[in-house]
Amino acid sequence: MSTVAACAALALIAAGGTAEKRSGYQDASPETRAMQDDDASNPGFLWVQQGEALWSQRAGSAAHSCADCHGDAAVTMRGAAARYPVYDTKLARPVTLAQRIEQCRVERQGAAPLKPDSDTLLALTAYVGLQSRGMPMQVAKDGPAQPFYEAGRALFTQRQGQLNLSCAQCHDGRAGQRLGGSIVPEGHPNGYPEYRLEWQAMGSLERRIRNCMIGVRAEPFADDSLDLMALELYLGARAHGLAVETPAVRP
Amino acid sequence: MVRVLINVPKQVKRGEPFDVKLLISHPMESGQRHDDMGQPIPRQIINSFVCTYNGADVLRADLFPAIAANPFLSFAVVAQETGKLTMTFTDDNGTVQTETADIVVA
Repeated sequence: MSTVAACAALALIAAGGTAEKRSGYQDASPETRAMQDDDASNPGFLWVQQGEALWSQRAGSAAHSCADCHGDAAVTMRGAAARYPVYDTKLARPVTLAQRIEQCRVERQGAAPLKPDSDTLLALTAYVGLQSRGMPMQVAKDGPAQPFYEAGRALFTQRQGQLNLSCAQCHDGRAGQRLGGSIVPEGHPNGYPEYRLEWQAMGSLERRIRNCMIGVRAEPFADDSLDLMALELYLGARAHGLAVETPAVRP
Repeated sequence: MVRVLINVPKQVKRGEPFDVKLLISHPMESGQRHDDMGQPIPRQIINSFVCTYNGADVLRADLFPAIAANPFLSFAVVAQETGKLTMTFTDDNGTVQTETADIVVA
């Protein structure tokens, strides 16, 4: 009986912990939310469709497709996206889901790497990401990932750029308030790659962070920099428990 | 060929309207923008859309530059018998693309 009560209490705490976090979905307009809710109207599914085709398409010198090794993505990739960025022991650094796909492509398929933010890479990432839709984000911040998590948190709270603003000042301190006409979201990366109406295209978290950094007149991190990886890992862990929404639609 | 997502019900009831939803992957370049060198980017939009059912016109639409990239079209159709829905769209380059969907009337 007491175990049951303890479990119930734990579940309540867990639910309370996630209920405080707001996905960008909740801050979007009803029209944007409706667009995301219906797979038939979500433009992200154009990329998903492309990714699904690429999944079983042979590539590279090994002439292997993703499906040749990984089989049915709906089974093998279920929950994968919710764990990324993940610490890679061989590289001794965190890697994003897109980087993992690239790694697989270059090392296992013997194919040329895809360009970051290319439609092909976004399509594959979106297709793999979709398999985790609805699952809670669970990026590990302990063990070997811990120093990166700490570094990411430091970057998140560090003022930067000519406007001398930190990420935390807006996305922690002023989330829910307005910047111009738009609501400042908490900045959780639970829907990437996502379709942004502003871009009229699918885009990566890296692109979004670049946007924000240019916004505060800071020099954006390079795509493969450790700083960006640390920040992404921190953001992932910060969104712990939020449901994955890939492919999300955002304003 | 551009990517198209078509969403129709697997089975419809005779005489009852059903929704056809269509997402087309297209830049819908408005012709109002300039590139980094200041040169105008030519207009490149889907300018017309025709939907027929078993050869009979269901919908004809002209599209305009104010429509965003990756247009989403949704409209209702009534079917009396099983048949083929044919959707054709033409863009400013003169590219014509046709997509079909089979409709089963129960």
